[in-house]
Amino acid sequence: MSDSFDQISQQLKRRHRKSARLKWLSMGALGLAGLFLLWFFTDMLIKGLPAFQQAYVETEISYSEEAAKDARQAIDSDLIPIVSRTEIRSIPLLLRNEPDRIGSRETRWLLANSEVDQYLKGHRSKLSDKEIATVERLVASGQVEQKFNSTFFTQGDSKTAESAGILSAVVGTIMTMIVTLAIAFPIGVMTAIYLEEFAPDNRFTQLIEININNLAAIPSILFGLLGLAIFINFFGVPRSSPLVGGMTLALMTLPVIIISTRTALRSVPESIRHAAFGLGCSRWQVVKDHVLPLAMPGIMTGSIIGLAQAMGETAPLIIVGMVAFIPDVGASFTEAATVMPAQIFTWASEPEKAFVEKTAGGILVLLTILISLNASAVVLRKKFERRW
Amino acid sequence: MQTNQLLLIFCSVLLILGLIAFFAGRSKAARLRASGTSMYAQPDQYAWFAVLSTAGPAVLVGVLGAFVLLLLGAEIHPLYLLSASLVVAAAGLAVGVVQVRADFHARKAIERVIRWVLAGAALISIFTTFGILISIIFESLRFFEMHSFWEFITGTTWNPGASFLAAAGRGDGSGAQFGSVPLFAGTFMITLIAMLVAVPIGLASAIYMSEYAPTKVRTIAKPLLEVLAGIPTVVYGFFAAITVAPIIVNIAGFFGLDASYNNAVAPGVVMGIMIIPFISSLSDDVINAVPDSMRQGSLALGMTKGETIRDVVVPAALPGVISASLLGMSRALGETMIVVMAAGMRPNLTANPLEDMTTVTVRIVAALTGDQEFESAETLSAFALGLVLFAVTLTLNLVSVIMIRRFREKYRVNNL
Repeated sequence: MSDSFDQISQQLKRRHRKSARLKWLSMGALGLAGLFLLWFFTDMLIKGLPAFQQAYVETEISYSEEAAKDARQAIDSDLIPIVSRTEIRSIPLLLRNEPDRIGSRETRWLLANSEVDQYLKGHRSKLSDKEIATVERLVASGQVEQKFNSTFFTQGDSKTAESAGILSAVVGTIMTMIVTLAIAFPIGVMTAIYLEEFAPDNRFTQLIEININNLAAIPSILFGLLGLAIFINFFGVPRSSPLVGGMTLALMTLPVIIISTRTALRSVPESIRHAAFGLGCSRWQVVKDHVLPLAMPGIMTGSIIGLAQAMGETAPLIIVGMVAFIPDVGASFTEAATVMPAQIFTWASEPEKAFVEKTAGGILVLLTILISLNASAVVLRKKFERRW
Repeated sequence: MQTNQLLLIFCSVLLILGLIAFFAGRSKAARLRASGTSMYAQPDQYAWFAVLSTAGPAVLVGVLGAFVLLLLGAEIHPLYLLSASLVVAAAGLAVGVVQVRADFHARKAIERVIRWVLAGAALISIFTTFGILISIIFESLRFFEMHSFWEFITGTTWNPGASFLAAAGRGDGSGAQFGSVPLFAGTFMITLIAMLVAVPIGLASAIYMSEYAPTKVRTIAKPLLEVLAGIPTVVYGFFAAITVAPIIVNIAGFFGLDASYNNAVAPGVVMGIMIIPFISSLSDDVINAVPDSMRQGSLALGMTKGETIRDVVVPAALPGVISASLLGMSRALGETMIVVMAAGMRPNLTANPLEDMTTVTVRIVAALTGDQEFESAETLSAFALGLVLFAVTLTLNLVSVIMIRRFREKYRVNNL
């Protein structure tokens, strides 16, 4: 008898150990996911933060007659491989626009070449020994310095890494998002109102519902194919424009807005509707004056989340041609533009090492925007959420 | 620019007509009411009806007309269309003002119009699905006129090669081969790796969060996991290509294996990380929906907590977990940016995940971003690949929906 008791208690111990193991295992899985997140963000910060610092060179520029023809005459020949080529190239243009500068001299902080920048940040660079010696001398005399990289936020894309900036992509993103919201928000909210408040429960309504759920799960690249075949080739919307990009993304965001709006409408209690009907309101009056205002915070939250999702989307935009090289800030909805994720993609495919840093810097900007959007959605929900 | 100005003029005229309709309708209704007649609706409602009858048909005529013109390819100046539309607007205005009568149900009329407008908005999502279907089916048919369907499905060589020359009128493009098997092999390999990462971690996190975690941990961990789903895929792609791929190469080198920098493991693992929240959040919901009576019954029979979870809760939630995994899988199959940036470009039929291989979505992007004629076989092949992708993901989504519905009916849960 006592033997079997021992056996059973042994068995029981084993079973409890096993049970505890499952707990630790599942906890470990969650911890692993958390570690991934931590690893990812640290990696991005380490790679991206240096992009906000950029080497500048204090250079004496002599605006001579020769400099107007050959810009390389304007600065000390030692400095030519160190100063950014775009800065040197801009000198003749400046002299053509302001001819009375000719003959004068000026000392300015100019952008340094990306190789110098990479060297100063401790990365490998293609500088020759002589150039490195020059850089070291200039650093010692305080003529080369790391400063805040304002170029990154005030310029468009460029083929030279040091003067590439994200502004044109930010503007392109804003314009694309305006188009997306202008289409997806009204149509999404109207669809949700129809399905929740007006539609009879028949085959047709069920078809729409299944269809919306399916649209939410379709790979985003297929929306790009639709944009290319229908918007661009059939309707003749200009390729690469914020208009076509916004329309494509609008179709993609539509299910997100519809689903969240329906949830928001459903959470408004029936008693509100009954009271309004009881006072003689028509169905539309009930919706417009009572249900919709109460559901608005939920609808806004869902729309912001949908917007953030659309903002990070790249694949359909590549298909409709929004990966163009855009050095200038766009001004029109029908001209070629680029968006932040597409800009990140373009930079990531540049072979130059200095662009890795730019890519990670662009990613940090994008993530900051996305996280603040999502955080504002959460705050909105917390602030206006009503428990009935 | 000419069209833009025309459109601007059209809109302003329409706006003015609408304003006229509003004020004319309201003043007429107000006069009628002041004369002591009892009316079915408020003056404002008559006014809004007049506005609707002015703008509605006019906009409808304009949009439909433009669409029909585009469809027929007729060259008619937009001026005629817009003026026709304005004539309709003026007629609508007259009707709207005449309709301001005591026995006219303006509110009901508005209600009907609004119902139709809302139903029209709901139709847009149907049109989107049809749009996707039509665009890929038509272009795919054109592709299958050039290359046999059978070769596309069973061929093991993908070599678009000189097909762009044929489209430009040089060469006959006969060297091009479009066998999609290597592309699908690559896609399924990467998807498999992603699922091997995502399903165990996602399911285990869901079990921890719904069965063990204190509320405090839950409220923090859930949104943190959602962050993983919110990171743009282009960012994951960069992460996979720059950070994860070299690590995989180093690890493989440590074991004496030769790995490509475009290996399938790096995009697979990163894609798996991306999918974890999809699987964990749906599994979490499903596990929470398993009725407590089942847990109580199991514990009452002397099962430990671990045994209860393993033998009772998870099997009961299995349809939901499978459905979540299928959804995650369909996302992995259609994922584009991670593989474009981290996987290879070379179609490669191999079972070794350390080699570079390409996927369906990579080839779609490659075919549509080059400077090619739209008519070339390579460009059209993107649509054929898209068609297969659509069919596969649609099937996965539908099966997933059916499974979750079964689960819902079995346990009578309404919030899934």
